[in-house]
Amino acid sequence: MRIKNIKLLLLSFFFITYLSAQETYPINGTSDNRIEVYAFTNATIIQNAQSTLQNATLVIKQGKIIGINIPVPKEAVVIDCKGKFIYPSFIDLFSSYGEVTPTRSSPAMFFGARQQQFISNKEGAYGWNQAIKPEVNSYLNFQTNETVSKDLRAIGFGAVITHIQDGIARGTGALVTLGNQKENFELIKEKAAAFYSFNKGSSTQDYPGSLMGAIALIRQTYLDAQWYKSNPPTEGTNISLQAWNDNLLLPQIFDIGSDKYNALRADKIAKEFGATYILNGSTDLYQRLQEIKATKAAIILPLNFPSAMDVEDPNDARIVALADMKHWEMAPYQPAMFEKANVNFALTANGLSSTNDFLTNLRKAIHNGLSETTALDALTRIPATWINVYDQLGSIETGKIANFFITNDNIFKDSAIIFQNWVQGKKYIVKETGWDSYNGQYVFTINTKGTTKFFEATIKGNPEKPMLSLKPYEDTVSFYPTLTINNQLIKISWSNKTDKGKQNNLSGIIGADAWAGNGYLADGDVITWKLYAKKEVENNNSTKKLNTDKPKDSTTITIADVVYPFNGYGWKEAPKQEKILIRNATVWTNEKQGILENTDVIINKGKIEKIGKNIPITLDLSWKVIDGTGKHLTAGIIDEHSHIAITGGVNECTQAVTSEVRIGDVLDPEDINIYRQLSGGVTSSHLLHGSCNPVGGQTQLIKLRWGKAPEEMKFEGADGFIKFALGENVKSTRNTSNNRFPDTRMGVEQVYMDAFQRAVDYQKLPANKRRDLELDALAEIINKKRFITCHSYVQSEINMLMKVANKFGFTVNTFTHILEGYKVADKMKEHGSYVSTFSDWWAYKMEVQDAIAYNAAIMQKMGLTVAINSDDAEMARRLNHEAAKTIKYGGVNEEEALKMVTLNPAKMLHVDNKVGSIKVGKDADVVLWSNHPLSIYAKSLYTIIDGTIYYDREKDIELRKQIAIEKARLIQKLLSEKKKPSSFGRMQPARPRLDVINECEEDHKHSHSIFEREDEF
Amino acid sequence: MKYLIVILITICLNANSQETVYPAKEQKETIALTNATIHIGNGQVIENGMIVFSKGKIVDVRPSAPIADIKVIDCKGSHIYPGLITSQTDLGLNEIGAVRAVLDVRELGEINANVRSIVAYNTDSKIIGTLRSNGILIANIVPQGGILSGSSSVVQLDAWNWEDALYKADAGIHFRVPNLVARRMWFAASTQTNPMQNALDRIEKLRQFFYDAKAYYAVEKPEHTNLKFEAVRGLFTEIDAYPNINWKGVKKQLRIQQNFYIHAETVKEIQIGVEFAKEFQFKPVIVGGADSWMITQYLKDNDVSVILNQMHSLPVTQDDDVDQPYKTPYLLQQAGILFAIGDVDANSRGRNLLFNAGTAAAYGLTKEQALQAITINAAKILGIDDKTGTLEKGKDANIVVSTGDILDMKSSNVIYAFIQGRQVSLDNKQKQLYERYKYKYNIK
Repeated sequence: MRIKNIKLLLLSFFFITYLSAQETYPINGTSDNRIEVYAFTNATIIQNAQSTLQNATLVIKQGKIIGINIPVPKEAVVIDCKGKFIYPSFIDLFSSYGEVTPTRSSPAMFFGARQQQFISNKEGAYGWNQAIKPEVNSYLNFQTNETVSKDLRAIGFGAVITHIQDGIARGTGALVTLGNQKENFELIKEKAAAFYSFNKGSSTQDYPGSLMGAIALIRQTYLDAQWYKSNPPTEGTNISLQAWNDNLLLPQIFDIGSDKYNALRADKIAKEFGATYILNGSTDLYQRLQEIKATKAAIILPLNFPSAMDVEDPNDARIVALADMKHWEMAPYQPAMFEKANVNFALTANGLSSTNDFLTNLRKAIHNGLSETTALDALTRIPATWINVYDQLGSIETGKIANFFITNDNIFKDSAIIFQNWVQGKKYIVKETGWDSYNGQYVFTINTKGTTKFFEATIKGNPEKPMLSLKPYEDTVSFYPTLTINNQLIKISWSNKTDKGKQNNLSGIIGADAWAGNGYLADGDVITWKLYAKKEVENNNSTKKLNTDKPKDSTTITIADVVYPFNGYGWKEAPKQEKILIRNATVWTNEKQGILENTDVIINKGKIEKIGKNIPITLDLSWKVIDGTGKHLTAGIIDEHSHIAITGGVNECTQAVTSEVRIGDVLDPEDINIYRQLSGGVTSSHLLHGSCNPVGGQTQLIKLRWGKAPEEMKFEGADGFIKFALGENVKSTRNTSNNRFPDTRMGVEQVYMDAFQRAVDYQKLPANKRRDLELDALAEIINKKRFITCHSYVQSEINMLMKVANKFGFTVNTFTHILEGYKVADKMKEHGSYVSTFSDWWAYKMEVQDAIAYNAAIMQKMGLTVAINSDDAEMARRLNHEAAKTIKYGGVNEEEALKMVTLNPAKMLHVDNKVGSIKVGKDADVVLWSNHPLSIYAKSLYTIIDGTIYYDREKDIELRKQIAIEKARLIQKLLSEKKKPSSFGRMQPARPRLDVINECEEDHKHSHSIFEREDEF
Repeated sequence: MKYLIVILITICLNANSQETVYPAKEQKETIALTNATIHIGNGQVIENGMIVFSKGKIVDVRPSAPIADIKVIDCKGSHIYPGLITSQTDLGLNEIGAVRAVLDVRELGEINANVRSIVAYNTDSKIIGTLRSNGILIANIVPQGGILSGSSSVVQLDAWNWEDALYKADAGIHFRVPNLVARRMWFAASTQTNPMQNALDRIEKLRQFFYDAKAYYAVEKPEHTNLKFEAVRGLFTEIDAYPNINWKGVKKQLRIQQNFYIHAETVKEIQIGVEFAKEFQFKPVIVGGADSWMITQYLKDNDVSVILNQMHSLPVTQDDDVDQPYKTPYLLQQAGILFAIGDVDANSRGRNLLFNAGTAAAYGLTKEQALQAITINAAKILGIDDKTGTLEKGKDANIVVSTGDILDMKSSNVIYAFIQGRQVSLDNKQKQLYERYKYKYNIK
């Protein structure tokens, strides 16, 4: 008989029956201390992911578990949990429950124009940067919030670490339980973890204005905090640095935001400073799973899978990037992929637009291969262990906090319902109805005017919405009244067979032994009724077990492949280094031999192995042979000035000197412009900081190894460079109310004089000095360990910088853009600079009004080593044509013209011993052109880097076909997703993946493409 | 080739500042350019040909033959082309992109039907010389701003003032179709408002404007003269397509006086613009047209011509063929659509028009087709093909001579240019600065 437990339900009508009295608090009224012992009997208790007890008893007392399968104490309130499952409550490490997240207030204004804020506006003895606030302790601000906690309890959570999700160093998070007692009781651990991110949040201070700035700030703060331990008198008291040091003893949780590569960036910082981060992740980490696994970091995975895009309109479908469609399909597989790869992870509800989606998405992940044991671990034991509270939370064991929830079924099944979530031994009802399943065979009687009519009754279906069928004993046909159960109250109604308009209405209550009540039949007869059990129904729930199967084989489902990078043109299988023979090509060596006709080139192990005519060779299948007849082979193009493949902003404009920031920290290997430029023969790009300040950031030379991880893109062993800039940009010309020094070219000189003088003095300081990353980089310049490439236009300032350099004993390695270089070519020659310019840009701003297309030719004729650069994602695809313009404008000879985009940039980047010409022993970074390489009719057929073919015009056709097929498949899938009722109101509109177009300045706006944006931080 | 440059420079040496680069005087004597490869512009090429022009008009084009009593310029080994035409540019309205004081490109207001680019066109712009010396002799000067930007006029690039420069006045009205695809994340992210609604509302207002204009024209003598309506009469008016032709016995060919230029990139934007034009029976020309290749049949069916922004652009989406912008001209050509290639680059300032065409030739067009995209096609679209666009008898003597293939930068080298028969200066500010510093450094 299932009709029982009613008394227990009746015990509580409210979320909580009473509040605990706190000893120190005065009482207004009568004290109401209770014993608070509960016994949960006949339950399936999932103690943890590994251990499940059948038909077990759980006893709790005053918020703690005091025993499992012990005799039920006399004083216990007994709750029969037959058919029920008891789970340890989930724990979320990344929550802002009970905290207020501040938002950025409007920035400082000056006569309606934006003014920079240089230091923190937080009052008190804190640090200089407003985004570094390790002194924030969220437990001090914690307030229970029933609206939020109720939602979290409804999805199985019992405890969270909550922190104020604001700033780069966010201070400490507190471990709290999700009851609604006084905060004093819910707070379990005041400082459970310290939190960090790359996002400056509400800080109104300008610095950092970029992702690389945020990274630099974190680095410098580590150093400053270390130094602060020596109590430097020059610093006074710095509460922020003190707190930073204190927080290092806690578990460190780093929020990487929504970019998978931030995981690698955070890990790099961790390794640099001996920290161990728990990374709060994103849904796209699977796209770089191997690299992320290699970090060995603990990861918190969110379940905020992207919603389906509405692509019903074919024009909308066109603009949605294949990568976004694929991600929609693959994101729910991420947890399973992590499990398969044996990466340790916890799960979080953070990031979901509605917490209700949590269980749905969790089950989706299970459906897509995540095992139930791992899922449970990731929500209980693992998070508890990471924050060192597994002795208190995370499983159902004697002595632990009584945090658990009760369900009707395996929680990972779609049909599972959470009835109650007990927090610290207090009951919170999630769902009243359905606790009891009334399914079974019954006898139903109607008594009217002394006669009793008997029916066979059956109740079946979902316990929440049971269905009743009645069949008179004498009849063979059943009918189906509507049965409504509300807690203990029942309504039954049906219409007459013959006349649907006539209703029979009964009501009653659920009693201990039977259901009974009264009612009116359609003909007006007053009746009483009764429903009682025919026989005991087998409880088939009791044998259910936690599904411990390993991830399901998903071979029957077609899903996308992870491609590298995660982009339409990404590789399923990365191209490999090959043994390549290029037969009978015209070879532009860039060496003394000049242009060699009908020549063979052998590439092996990433190097140029042999150059010659009719090289005798025994070919076998291991060779890739390319017929070069009628084609031209040149060294790969090197772009001295590029801003592709950078994320989070290229400019750290917020200070005049930002030599501490590094482009190498923020590489974006997914930028489609890498592939596009490969198609134009580019093999290496020098990625520069922008030009908004006199001393910009450290640059990064990369090879365009499409598909590789950020670190693998870097040009090995290349010298470090740094971006400098002069002129209109650095004096903030476009800002009508500039308050950042300098505002004139006069000030620019003094910025340099001051910066280098500080660096000179800094070097003289004793070893225990405060290490300053900004001055370190400047000192490297003085010591000729780091080299300048300086954005420059006007002759006066070019001259000035050379004089500053002379004073400090170094050479300005490269003047880039250098559009008035022709006016001071003699001086630059004398100083020993290299020059890198545009072919024909001018008149887009005041300081380029005297720019001339003959600039490169004059400088070349003056004996300078000249490069032609792009500074432009579009133009970089045809730098060979830009070089050819020097033939038109100034009559540069063809070989010299080609060198301007190959050997000459290699020289100025100090890598001409490795690349830039076709010479035995050099890196096999070469391009095979369809035509004379300087002709407008020339196309790259193969672009080869390290002997690996990264661009192949034939293969490109294949890639495009694959894109079309894959996109068509996903569009169909998205369309059928839209038809599902569950998708109603949940589709996202189609959006283009915007090209991130970085340029070093905002005033040479080039029409690149329809959908573009400048990267924003 | 070096020698040619030296010769050229010697010619220019007399001029030592931009201010002494004079517009050429009217053609007085008949000139013959001989012994060159003549690219007529209609697809025909005459090897070793000669072209004779007099009083500003072409009088003869044929294989080279001895000719007496006229000035002969031997162009042996060179290529002769029709003067190149840039179909949409802010030349003369935008001297230095970042300096507000020298910008006359974008007027305030939404419906600026009566705004005219021609009156702001600065013939003394230092940019003009850099186009002329690359062979670009005719330009359509286009205003920006609002949903209806005003009228463009066609100019020739060798003049004392805008009146002299005028080649065809107020020849088209520019409709800028608002963006129909949210280009910024946060616009699309808001689910409350339809991202298209604002665009459609703006278009609706313009529709109302034209209906009101029609009503206004129906009144013979309106009480109040409406300058905006007056300015777009040409959109509704048919005129003689070839006023110089004697139509006796032949049915006169008519054309609509003003083009309706629709600035649109994506398919929906293009279609909305074209349907708008059809509603009022305007003559539609798509300007921009990044995605025009996707709906060629539609464009063909509706007799829509296209001015492509420039080949040197990135693809519309990251999944597109990386060479898509380079290939678009070929696809339009295959579909039989009248199109021109433009160059609206804000950094090189329009002088690479010819190399944009060259790129199209590298990706499918023949060189002659690519040439047409910046000569006769442009002339047809702009409505000046009765006067220029090819080297045919009777047309204006707008002629360019290059020592090599003009579409390829490694050989493109203009040594003579004639506008209406006048030999125009190929000097410009950049060449002068080049000379100045060659002088300083004593280099050749």
